[in-house]
Amino acid sequence: MWTIIVQVFPYAMAFTIPLLITALGGLYSERSGIVNIGLEGLMVVGFFTGALVISKLELNMPGISIWLGLLAAFIAGALFSLLHAFACISLNANQVISGTAINMIAGALTVFLARNITGSGNILIVHGLIRRDVPVLSDIPIVGRLFFTQVYATTWLVLALLAVSWFILYRTAFGLRLRACGEHPQAADSAGINVYKMRYIAVMVSGAFAGLGGAIILVTYSGEFTGTVSGLGFLALAALIFGQWKPLGVLGATLFFGFASTIANVSQVIPALSGIPGILLKNFPYIVTLAVLVLSSKYSQAPRAAGEPYDKAKR
Amino acid sequence: MNLKRFIGRDFVTALVAVVLGLLAGAVLMALIGRHPISGYVYLFRGGVMSIERVGNTLATATPLILTGLSVAFAFRTGLFNIGAAGQMLMGGLCATAVGLTLVLPKPLLLTVMVAAAILGGAAWGLVPGLLKAKFNVHEVVATIMMNWIAYWTVYYVVPAYFKGAYLETESRKIPDAASLKVEWLTDLFNGSYINLGLFLAVISVIVIAFIIDRTTFGYELKAVGFNRHAAEYAGIKADRSIIMSMMIAGALSGLAGATFYVGYASNIQIGVLPTQGFDGIAVSLLGGNSPWGVFGAALFFGLLHSGKGFMNAMTRIPPEIADTIIATIIYFSATSVLIERNWERLKRKAGGVK
Repeated sequence: MWTIIVQVFPYAMAFTIPLLITALGGLYSERSGIVNIGLEGLMVVGFFTGALVISKLELNMPGISIWLGLLAAFIAGALFSLLHAFACISLNANQVISGTAINMIAGALTVFLARNITGSGNILIVHGLIRRDVPVLSDIPIVGRLFFTQVYATTWLVLALLAVSWFILYRTAFGLRLRACGEHPQAADSAGINVYKMRYIAVMVSGAFAGLGGAIILVTYSGEFTGTVSGLGFLALAALIFGQWKPLGVLGATLFFGFASTIANVSQVIPALSGIPGILLKNFPYIVTLAVLVLSSKYSQAPRAAGEPYDKAKR
Repeated sequence: MNLKRFIGRDFVTALVAVVLGLLAGAVLMALIGRHPISGYVYLFRGGVMSIERVGNTLATATPLILTGLSVAFAFRTGLFNIGAAGQMLMGGLCATAVGLTLVLPKPLLLTVMVAAAILGGAAWGLVPGLLKAKFNVHEVVATIMMNWIAYWTVYYVVPAYFKGAYLETESRKIPDAASLKVEWLTDLFNGSYINLGLFLAVISVIVIAFIIDRTTFGYELKAVGFNRHAAEYAGIKADRSIIMSMMIAGALSGLAGATFYVGYASNIQIGVLPTQGFDGIAVSLLGGNSPWGVFGAALFFGLLHSGKGFMNAMTRIPPEIADTIIATIIYFSATSVLIERNWERLKRKAGGVK
């Protein structure tokens, strides 16, 4: 059992991390009251930007180019999310429709541009991130083996962002204000909080994080921009709800998805699982999500004002 | 609100969104150093320049009419059906399964296949409907999950039972007797992809328009869409309306699957969620969620999709320009407030306020 865990763990983490950072971004947005189903598209934007920047720079600046690519994806995601923010916050557009438009624009536009650059529409990067052992810490029993041996630096970057986000959301005035905007924007407004500004910031954070998530896919396990993140953004959205809009809940939910998908992929080589039909294993995460949503629906912690445009005149 | 004026404004909004979308496409073409006007000329010529291409445009539009109708129908009950892709896939799988299994005279076989597709899609819509009505699970998440369940179901069922002769990744070709393509129609359009699905789609538009505008059932669905609590207070069973609405939406998408997989195409491929599912959202939005609006929008998008290959061949503009234009149109429809505001301002300036 231990050997299976040790073997599966790196793959599961590689799948979990982009999901986690994207869901975390969604958490900011939804906690401020803006539903963002454009996460999928924003990931694609980051995926594309990362690939473009890294493929241009990696010859001249090996090593640093990956981090510049991640930074560029972060910024591109934030900028692209402004489209969603503008539609939802300034124009009171339907947030689900605007998010759908974001997904469609991102998917089509990036492939359009990529095709114009490479012809095939795929952008290959030669070098991705390399897994490394963290010195000293990797010698800790169990934990060291799982978390500090052969890990990507981005794993720790994302876990650090998770910790920082938790602190910001629950231990700072800014976080309290942001959450207030998602629960009762009118009350927040009357307490002197600029609801529009908070929501703009939150949506941009969600875009930046989703962009980063897309680029992490590129530099860890994909290595090539292919025009789609195959539903990971939607899965992140489900993880956000599964995790009840809380940072630690999101961590748990994304870990669950990471492990469930990885196990489905490697089931053939694990004797204990090879007897289960693939169709069940592949569908397992989605069916469990539906079941959890049914069970938790009574105690749903959804931000009360999520999905509703803020109307100052309304009580 | 004056009904006539309301329709007029919707139409203007849609038209402005289309124009803005086409403009955005032109800017993109210019950005990559191609000539926008010749790009558009080839795009539209690719869609209509011969009787065969007109047939292909109609055939491309057929599933879009149905998925658009599906999304629009759910929308009227205040539900966002993002699961048209999965419902379509299941409809296609059911139709293909029947077509590859049963041996019957063509009219009978097609009837059974279409019924199977409708049932498959309806089942896929029923689940999110039930979850929404009984457990208040948000339909957006539920339908996304159902999409992936459909995706993996097809991924395993097709190779296991209907494996193609050469490829593991697609089903066997359905026999001619099981295809919605019929000789007289194919001949009429010089061998295009057009098939009986178009008639099914048009009938669906008429039936759905009738249900929405002329029946108590449709009125109840709309009432629930406007305000679920008020509808319940008025004695309408909101739960039942939500379930029925999602089921019918699913059925329409299932039918779309039949027109695509056993009409336009002749086998089903694994590992692909049909893009028509998501384009259906675009069609529904541009069509203002009205059945005939959907019909027009689907024809327009069908034209863009069927012309893009020709444009690509003639001008080397990437075919994704069509998807970009569609996506931009949706963004402008979503932000139609902006258009409406300026429209009102324009009218005031012209002194034509009535």
